[in-house]
Amino acid sequence: MTVASANPDRLTVLDRPNSYIGKVVPRPNLERLMQGRGLYVSDMELPRMAHVVFLRSPHAHAKIIGIDAVEARRMPNVIAVVTGRELATVITPWVGVLSHLKGLKSAPQHAIAIDRVCWQGEAVAAVVATSRAVAEDAAESVRVEYQELDAVTDMRAALDPETPVIHPSLGDNLAFERNLDAGAVDAAFAESDEVAEADFIFGRHTGVTLEPRAVVADWNIAEQRLTVYQGTQAPHMVQNIAALHLGLADSQVRVVCKDVGGSFGIKVHIYADEMATYALSKLLRRPVKFVADRVESFNTDIHARDHRCKGRIGVKRDGTITAFEIDDLTGIGPYSMYPRTSAIEANQVVNLVGGPYRTKNYRARARVVFQNKNLMCQYRAVGHPIACSVTEGLVDLVASKIGMDPVEIRRRNLIADDAYPCASPSGLRFEQLSHHAAMSKLMTMMGYDALRAEQTALRKKNIHHGIGIASFIEVTNPSAAFYGVGGARISSQDGVAVRLDATGSVICQTSITEQGQGSESLTAQIVGSVLGVSMERVRVILGDTDNTPYGGGTWASRGAGIGGEAALQAAKILRKNVLDIAATILQSSPAELDIVNNAVVTASDGSPRIELRELARIVYFRPDTLPPGIQAELMATRHFVPREYPFAFTNGVQASWIEVDTDTGFVKLLKHWVVEDCGTIINPQLVDEQIRGGVVQGLGAALFEKCIYDERGQLTNANMADYLVPMSGEMPDIDVGHVVSPTTESELGAKGAGEAGTAGAAAAVANAVNDALKPFGAIITEIPLTPQVILTALGRI
Amino acid sequence: MTAALPISLEVNGEPVDAHVLPRLNLADFLREHLKLTGTHVGCEHGVCGACTVRVNGETVRSCLMLAVQTHGASVETIEGLSDSGEIADLQAAFRDRNALQCGFCTPGMLVAAQDLLQQETEPDRERIREHLSGNYCRCTGYQAIIDAVETTARARMGRKP
Repeated sequence: MTVASANPDRLTVLDRPNSYIGKVVPRPNLERLMQGRGLYVSDMELPRMAHVVFLRSPHAHAKIIGIDAVEARRMPNVIAVVTGRELATVITPWVGVLSHLKGLKSAPQHAIAIDRVCWQGEAVAAVVATSRAVAEDAAESVRVEYQELDAVTDMRAALDPETPVIHPSLGDNLAFERNLDAGAVDAAFAESDEVAEADFIFGRHTGVTLEPRAVVADWNIAEQRLTVYQGTQAPHMVQNIAALHLGLADSQVRVVCKDVGGSFGIKVHIYADEMATYALSKLLRRPVKFVADRVESFNTDIHARDHRCKGRIGVKRDGTITAFEIDDLTGIGPYSMYPRTSAIEANQVVNLVGGPYRTKNYRARARVVFQNKNLMCQYRAVGHPIACSVTEGLVDLVASKIGMDPVEIRRRNLIADDAYPCASPSGLRFEQLSHHAAMSKLMTMMGYDALRAEQTALRKKNIHHGIGIASFIEVTNPSAAFYGVGGARISSQDGVAVRLDATGSVICQTSITEQGQGSESLTAQIVGSVLGVSMERVRVILGDTDNTPYGGGTWASRGAGIGGEAALQAAKILRKNVLDIAATILQSSPAELDIVNNAVVTASDGSPRIELRELARIVYFRPDTLPPGIQAELMATRHFVPREYPFAFTNGVQASWIEVDTDTGFVKLLKHWVVEDCGTIINPQLVDEQIRGGVVQGLGAALFEKCIYDERGQLTNANMADYLVPMSGEMPDIDVGHVVSPTTESELGAKGAGEAGTAGAAAAVANAVNDALKPFGAIITEIPLTPQVILTALGRI
Repeated sequence: MTAALPISLEVNGEPVDAHVLPRLNLADFLREHLKLTGTHVGCEHGVCGACTVRVNGETVRSCLMLAVQTHGASVETIEGLSDSGEIADLQAAFRDRNALQCGFCTPGMLVAAQDLLQQETEPDRERIREHLSGNYCRCTGYQAIIDAVETTARARMGRKP
């Protein structure tokens, strides 16, 4: 990793002796995972635990005429077969809307379908047994009689008058529409020397977490308390929603999150089958475990990115971009997902298109429609890959029209690095971005000119390489503007409690969660650095609503920026409290003391004064030796939420170097580069690995991943043999560089890094493929770029 | 339903006697009967590699093998490979390179990587990528894993006389 600091003179509480900030240190929790000694929900067993298997609809849209479970109920070791109507006595339905997404509508959704199923895979009954195998056997003998209804599958036809309305009470199949018109778009296009337009098509894909969704719900009727063990990114959100729909107080629900086998936004939602599992535990008064199998995962984990976006761009002959215009259409399945809603991705597309560029002329329309397919909702880099692919695809198209190099046109239009703070036409406020510094760094890292020369040389040998560039912005550190203002009880603030225990070690409870990003590590790094305590003495507790402060969790690239700042502020208070008591013990003053290497030292010369272990011994066991009226407080809690900016934007640029085999249509990824600016870097290795992992998810979308539905709404590739994901053999090495522009919203200065990779990867690959295909006059604006798509564009099939 | 059958095998060096249904696969036997939950189940049809274990020295997808087929066999799981110290250097390289995030693929990935390192002393990056291409990792993007395996191969070469 290489770092160029935009502000090298900043000295903070983190620039202390033995600081862990900016250093590569191994994550504390790895040993457990490497030895197979983690505890994922799928590993959990509780006394009297039963297993639930959901019987799911084979039809995309059908009336349920009757359910006959007599035979299944008689089978040995079957505990219960529960229908939607029976479960509705324990749990209420929900509607996935938020008030700030004006006009968003959806219909009540039940934990288990009642009367009607609206997508292939919706649960129609729960079979509970002493083992999963028994439950699966019993599920096979449940007879459900359906009357098939017409399925709405093509999003383009969803709004046609002759198309059936999925929820008649809503009037039509339009869930949400947003229109934006900024600047003078028509005049700008009229004055343009060239205009380019294209239809961009994005395949519906999904997260494919290696551990499927899993939950163990344990209703203890004697305690009147529900404990939910779930691999979730947002424990307090789950607590609130479970309580709300089971008729409980939040305090009657505890959510515990141990190890999580991948999340990526898939596990930030609450699914109908999870709600059903909570309710079954309450109904049956025993622990109930649900683990989705892989087919269920494909049919019920939220899908994302099913967009068709018409885009238009104008340009002057000197390369000045005059305007962007988009018309985006997306189909979200039969319901808006709960509680975050399914309008957010389209809303983000409107927000983000054109984001890196100077032009003020921008018109957008986004329409979100219902259809009889699995639900769509937020998945890693929500909306970003679509906005980035449309924007960067248009920029390349129009650059080609005026014969300008793709890098040159970007340099002429990216917002200047000294133009901040400023705002986008869609109203996004940017504190400090670094597009030009990032682009310059990228050019050096990739050796752009040499690659162009190599490309030209290879063309003569009939080998077709392509270079694709994609600048991007990324939304991180969301404030209440994301969900809270719309009425969702999803916290935008996070809290951290830090305490010095009786042996001088530190225990830190944080409301952010860990799914492998390194939340535990970054919290320990910050707390250790600020306190002057070595990291191995800092123990971090996360993922337990009973035992952490209240907070949002880990999603939307918020863990480091928000949870990290709360950790910093809490550690500062604890440090002050420790120095106050040390000054009393040492008959010194706090200003003359510091904490270094687990000991209080004289600030001026670093000479040791008292070990923290000894200080703690006095405070906890011999407080009688302290002067009267002195009460030590060796625990401190602080919370943080950004207030000045609704979001902390980051930026970056990616480049892809690929080869297209024009005979087979296969794309070979040769190399990928990313330069990004996430502000203060707490652990360079963790940041780089977030970027790399994110890029590869974007590469999967670019080349392989697509949920293929037939015209009757049947998902035809719901398994890992037919739904292709990136494997090590096809993936390139990825070089990562950084520019550092810390946010001044926090002392830590960290912005998020979780989604930058995914935001721009597909756009870079698509631009590279079009670059490779230039001599053939083929332009492709559809992903995944399968051999079939490429050969079709080349006219070979 | 067919009745349970008796099997005797060795798991991580310990003798195991059990009665299992013929349909029970090895992954479920290890996880549910022996509580060896380090062997993970990701796809249940042999594509993702999360359930990779060693049977009589060969790597096997434990979701594709029936427990009854292991009668008389020696089965090694991530727990056994960790306790014996056989892959301690590989695990250290994974830790230093942050070659895991959520860790769900890691046991299978380690077993597969050790298999390659036992077969070949000097695999290059392309060979490592190819050998691990049956093990799905959604978190890392693979590069860190390839780095860690390459580092381990080199270190083991250096230790050879």
